[in-house]
Amino acid sequence: MVTQPAPGTSPGVYLDNAATTRARPEVVAAVVEALQDRFGNPASIHTAGLEAERLVKEARAVLARALDVPAEDLYFTSGGTEANNWALRGVLAAHSRRGRHLVTTAIEHSSILTTARRLEEEGYRVTIVPVDARGQVDPDRVAAAVEDDTVLVSVMLVNNEIGSIQPVEDVVRAVRRRRPEVLVHVDAVQAFGKLPVRPRAWGVDLVTLSAHKIHGPKGTGALYVRRGVRIQPLLTGGEQEGGLRPGTHNVPGIAGFGVAARLILQEQPGLSQRMQALKLRLVERVRAEVPDVDVNGPDPADGAPHIVNLSVVGARGEVLVHALAQRGVYVSTGSACTSRRTAPSHVLQALGLPPERLDSALRISLSRETTEDDVERFVAALREAAAEVRAVAAARARR
Amino acid sequence: MNPVLLVRYGEIGLKGRNRPQFEQALLRQIRRALGAWPGTAVYRTPGRVWVEPPAGTDPEPLLEALQRVFGIVAVSPAERVDLDLEAIAAGARRVLEAALEDRPGGGGPAGGPVTFKVEARRSNKRFPLTSLDLNRELGARLLAAHPELKVDVQRPQVTVHVEVRHDGAYVYARSVPGPGGLPVGVTGRACVLLSGGIDSPVAVWMAMKRGLRPICVHFHSPPFTSERAREKVVDLTRVLARWGGPLALWVVHFTEVQRAIQLDCPPELTITLMRRMMFRLAERIAARERALALVTGESLGQVASQTLESIRTISAVTTLPVLRPLIGLDKTEIVERARAIGTYDISVLPYEDCCTLFVPAHPATRPRPEQAEAAEAVRDWEPLLADALERSERLVVEPAAAPWP
Repeated sequence: MVTQPAPGTSPGVYLDNAATTRARPEVVAAVVEALQDRFGNPASIHTAGLEAERLVKEARAVLARALDVPAEDLYFTSGGTEANNWALRGVLAAHSRRGRHLVTTAIEHSSILTTARRLEEEGYRVTIVPVDARGQVDPDRVAAAVEDDTVLVSVMLVNNEIGSIQPVEDVVRAVRRRRPEVLVHVDAVQAFGKLPVRPRAWGVDLVTLSAHKIHGPKGTGALYVRRGVRIQPLLTGGEQEGGLRPGTHNVPGIAGFGVAARLILQEQPGLSQRMQALKLRLVERVRAEVPDVDVNGPDPADGAPHIVNLSVVGARGEVLVHALAQRGVYVSTGSACTSRRTAPSHVLQALGLPPERLDSALRISLSRETTEDDVERFVAALREAAAEVRAVAAARARR
Repeated sequence: MNPVLLVRYGEIGLKGRNRPQFEQALLRQIRRALGAWPGTAVYRTPGRVWVEPPAGTDPEPLLEALQRVFGIVAVSPAERVDLDLEAIAAGARRVLEAALEDRPGGGGPAGGPVTFKVEARRSNKRFPLTSLDLNRELGARLLAAHPELKVDVQRPQVTVHVEVRHDGAYVYARSVPGPGGLPVGVTGRACVLLSGGIDSPVAVWMAMKRGLRPICVHFHSPPFTSERAREKVVDLTRVLARWGGPLALWVVHFTEVQRAIQLDCPPELTITLMRRMMFRLAERIAARERALALVTGESLGQVASQTLESIRTISAVTTLPVLRPLIGLDKTEIVERARAIGTYDISVLPYEDCCTLFVPAHPATRPRPEQAEAAEAVRDWEPLLADALERSERLVVEPAAAPWP
């Protein structure tokens, strides 16, 4: 029986950081402190409640500085999925008199696209703008999709499967030229901590963030809502977050989020430069060592510093993931949320890739913990795994 | 008023000299199924098993647990009353009224009155009234209390049962069907080939229903099949274990055998050869486990490997009988059973098993044994099979917790 070394228990090579990251020790300490020592309910009026409230306030201030927005415009959520759901539903519900039309792109995260499809069933109209072969949306095509009754445009900053970076600033400009009152939401879950996110400079009205992609805890996210933008709450209950996001604050998660954000931003821009260099090296080494590998999506030099998508033609991505895991190397076939389905990724399909590249795609994603040694071990493992899997596949095709 | 569950078993009551053994097995299985209720007495009188939970226990969850014990034909929640005509009559009236309340819609045949009868059984011959006396006397009293009813001794809608024993009288009118079959283990042991699909878990269940103790055998081919596919088979086994207690599960390391088939043998025969290797390995496991048969989830003609020719060519490698409990079922019937057993929702999770991943484009639908033998002659399989067995794991899988009511 081959047993797979799990990350953390053995010196594995974890290159699935777009799925989630390891919490860093300072984050773990902050979470433990909030659970154990400053465990009060921020809504309580006594000292214990006040101490917990301070943790939330500090975290909010860190995120506000990071985005260069007022702290009061940030709302903590249970994660990126809730923030994305809330942005779409909350804004459309609050602007039902202005219109019932939503514009988004073909490569958004499922928390946007599935919500959009559901909204369509509920009577809204949705236009999904295609992307080019490198996974880039054309700002003019987004603007062209805007109609008289368009309320919201939602575009992600960094795609989670291929790492393409959308020209958000140009999208906002093009959209506003057409209709100034249209609101723009940006899903910055994969971008935050890796690229600058500047909603005010860009004219973006709403931004989604998540903690666990930047070495923070799972189950914590935030939505930035520019002051003056009308949004309805998804939940009803208490007065937390101005009544827009009721429910006792997830203080440990929020405290950990604040620490994770503060630390990763201190490491910038050096961190992204280092990841970008490692990513380029990885692509170069794979091309040198493994025959017939294609890069999907943007040119590696143009994409986000931590994500690259490769097709090892002739080997099924799913089987390769298992073969790599046997060698202690952890990558993914697509985004982790959809990779248990057998259907090919909607993102790769949107690029118009041929079936053999869809089936053989791997997503490799780096983090601040990734080293040159990891890259070498990945390349060595991929060379072996690709040969192993291709041999069996080729035997079937041969006769 | 003490709740008692009266368990009836049909088939095993008929088994001549084996009867005590069957009854012991049934008692064992009942005690296992009721492990969550310590202090429950389980004992038998001729033709009946009685279950007495501690006073104050809600009998409904026990009733549900007993519905997963093979060998049980029906269970009735009964009430124990004193050996006294007045007490018996009062008890009979209570269970009759409870049964009337349970009847949806109400009315009797052709819109007429609801019909009932009393069925007494007196094992305590010192009780002054005979069974017939009791039937008449209680019938009359119940009719007096409920003049809207009508007695029908041929085809009553409600039957009020009274059992007069030495320690008291037991009255009941409600009966819940059990799964039938024979207690697990009484007919022997068999190796069941368990994939992650819909069919084979149903085959395990059917084997258990006929009293077999299944030894589940799963073939795992990492990296071509995922750890989650293996996990799924463990989860399926956990569900099946609810019907018979902890189950043995062999996870056979099949990768090298699988790879050799892919690399060295004609693609149209890969499925046939794979199944032949699986049967050979299962036969070896059967020898270690003292199992006397193989069981599969095959149903005739569903896929290429299940044509009669395929089945013959595959079974040719073993001298053990190969039992195929699903052979007479349609796919829809199998799905229906899988849903009732609780394995369906796990089976449809999309993790690939060996069978789906290695299906060639054009499998041979009528492979002959000589063809398979010729294809296998290209290499010595013994070291691969020995290694596969050597690297296998044997798990003992505990039952999944009952879903919360």
